[in-house]
Amino acid sequence: MITCLADGFFPDVGVATVKLLRRLGVTVDFPESQTCCGQPHFNSGFHDDARDLAKHTIAAFAKSPLIVTPSGSCAAMVKLEYPELFHDDETWHPRAMALANRTHELSDFLVNVMKVEEVGARFDGSVTYHMACHLRGLGLFQEPIRLIQNVRGLRFVPLERYDECCGFGGSFSVRYPAISGAMVTDKAAFIEKTGVDAVVATDAGCLMNIGGCLNRKASRVRILHLAELLAQT
Amino acid sequence: MNYAQHEHHEFVEASTEALADATLQTALVRLTDTLLAGNRRGYAALADSSELRDHAKAIKEHTLSHLDQYLEQLEASVHRLGGKVHWAATAEDARRIVVDIAKKANCKHAVKSKSMTSEEIHLNPALENAGIEVTETDFGEFIIQVAGERPSHLVAPAVHHTRESVARVLSKHLGEDLPDDPKSLAMVGRRVLREKFRRADLGITGANFAVAETGTVVLVTNEGNGRITTTAPRVHVAIMGIEKVIPRFRDLPVFLKLLARAATGQTLSVYTTMITGPRKTGELDGPDEFHLVLLDNGRTNILATPFRESLQCIRCGACLNACPVYRRIGGHAYGGVYSGPIGSILTPLYDSVPLNPHLPHASSLCGACQAACPVKINIPHMLIGLRELQHEYKPSRWEEWAYHLWSWALCQPWLYRWGMWAARLLMRWQAVDGWLSHLPGPGSEWTQVRDFPAPAAKSFRDLWKEMQT
Repeated sequence: MITCLADGFFPDVGVATVKLLRRLGVTVDFPESQTCCGQPHFNSGFHDDARDLAKHTIAAFAKSPLIVTPSGSCAAMVKLEYPELFHDDETWHPRAMALANRTHELSDFLVNVMKVEEVGARFDGSVTYHMACHLRGLGLFQEPIRLIQNVRGLRFVPLERYDECCGFGGSFSVRYPAISGAMVTDKAAFIEKTGVDAVVATDAGCLMNIGGCLNRKASRVRILHLAELLAQT
Repeated sequence: MNYAQHEHHEFVEASTEALADATLQTALVRLTDTLLAGNRRGYAALADSSELRDHAKAIKEHTLSHLDQYLEQLEASVHRLGGKVHWAATAEDARRIVVDIAKKANCKHAVKSKSMTSEEIHLNPALENAGIEVTETDFGEFIIQVAGERPSHLVAPAVHHTRESVARVLSKHLGEDLPDDPKSLAMVGRRVLREKFRRADLGITGANFAVAETGTVVLVTNEGNGRITTTAPRVHVAIMGIEKVIPRFRDLPVFLKLLARAATGQTLSVYTTMITGPRKTGELDGPDEFHLVLLDNGRTNILATPFRESLQCIRCGACLNACPVYRRIGGHAYGGVYSGPIGSILTPLYDSVPLNPHLPHASSLCGACQAACPVKINIPHMLIGLRELQHEYKPSRWEEWAYHLWSWALCQPWLYRWGMWAARLLMRWQAVDGWLSHLPGPGSEWTQVRDFPAPAAKSFRDLWKEMQT
């Protein structure tokens, strides 16, 4: 499952995910009818619309034995919210549950399903890590960090307040740009303070927000999705 | 408008003002850093903190499922001990009840221990109108009372002040030139408050917990003022929201273990006061009269809704300290009595959903609140639920249609691809190195402090086709 944000704005994340999984011997498919998981609609309280998109997504992946997505945000939507959206629907609830159980965020899939922490990646430089908020909901606190620390040639620098939200939050960043802006400005300052070459995160939403702020500051720190880091050899 | 003094519905204006207030920013970062670190340390120090929190939540849920039964049991227990129980359906009822008790007992000087419930019912102005002097005795509350302000945090009401501003406020109030070191200021507070305690004939408190089985009202404080407030004056009135009842005495340690840890990281607060009725024959301390006011004020309306979980809140303030939004705008910006993530749920529910359109949206849904909550309240879910409820109260047809059209288009893969293509065409020509420095319309605010990425030249689904060959 490639999120709509990655599809349109960060396609390299999708490409890196495919490369990485293929390198690890996984057969990868991309059901082309997939579009968006419906999280924006769900979060804004338009639950009927979210249900339509959930049904569309459930149908798109009906034949996929396992679903991996390079996004904690979409994984959380599918795993935590889909079953909730259909809690009183006898037809769709079992389907939602089935998809939820088969879906894994990338680091979750690598560490907890494939049981690999060393994926054969190499990165000559220093990185720091920002924890995407949806990983909190999924309970994925250590998985990305272990994967990062096992990359050869990489120097890991911890980030101050690494688990504090970057201020994206979808519609939140548009509705309250000043508060969101203050949050991302702080986040960018902490990242700059580490003096690293790149900041790694698991979600395109965080990366576009943080990257947008770093770019505005003409920072030399670049943004890197976990999949992109792990795909490098 | 002075947002520190008055409740309001101007979230955007108030939060903008707060973001520009350098003193407030320093105070907020300092306090929330300390308390959030305390919260995490507190939970980490317990081997089974997650299970304990689940257990506490289960007790709360059980109690809410039998709320009528436990409240009647509490009433009977308090009566048995010689206390009186008063049922207040609304804030107005509660104010009237307290004022009547005071008048009947001919009380003139009230001292109060910190109570958010008394803030909720706006008790102080009602007592003052009835000619009763009211003094807040929690030092933070005392400071803001003197400054004419509202609490900006559930457990640290004067967090928006620094020691310099406290010295200014107290100097002006007392007509003295006070130094700004915390110890001297605390000694001034002690001097002033001792005198108030000596004269007080009415003590007013909230209640952190009330045990149905024994009729025990439990107060958790750090300054000891709660203890003097409940023992020195001849009349004690405790005001509690009906959701604060717990079934048995043996449930209490579960919550005591969690409350202070969640709030500040303390193992226990400095004082845990348990009041079991008025003074009995032969006892030296305690009031002649003990009154317990049970406040509904909209709570039973929530009981059968998806927002019922909000009634599990034990008012520790942990969600405020963990919230990246609260830590940037402080409590006054939220406009209501309760601030922060839990306030964004309680204020619309208790005050008005349509009058508080911003609060449910003033969150990035990051979930830090739930992670810090001692009873794991799913605050993000309830905020989303309130957003859904808003559409019923005050539907924005334009927004409804926009989302509906969007979701419909997303369900047609060809239209989705076409949309991506159009976005690429519209946005890419003005991008520099893949980033846009200005967005039109509602996006223009976004690009005030950050750039926006331009769509890539080829989408992933285009590249996927290439990867097949």
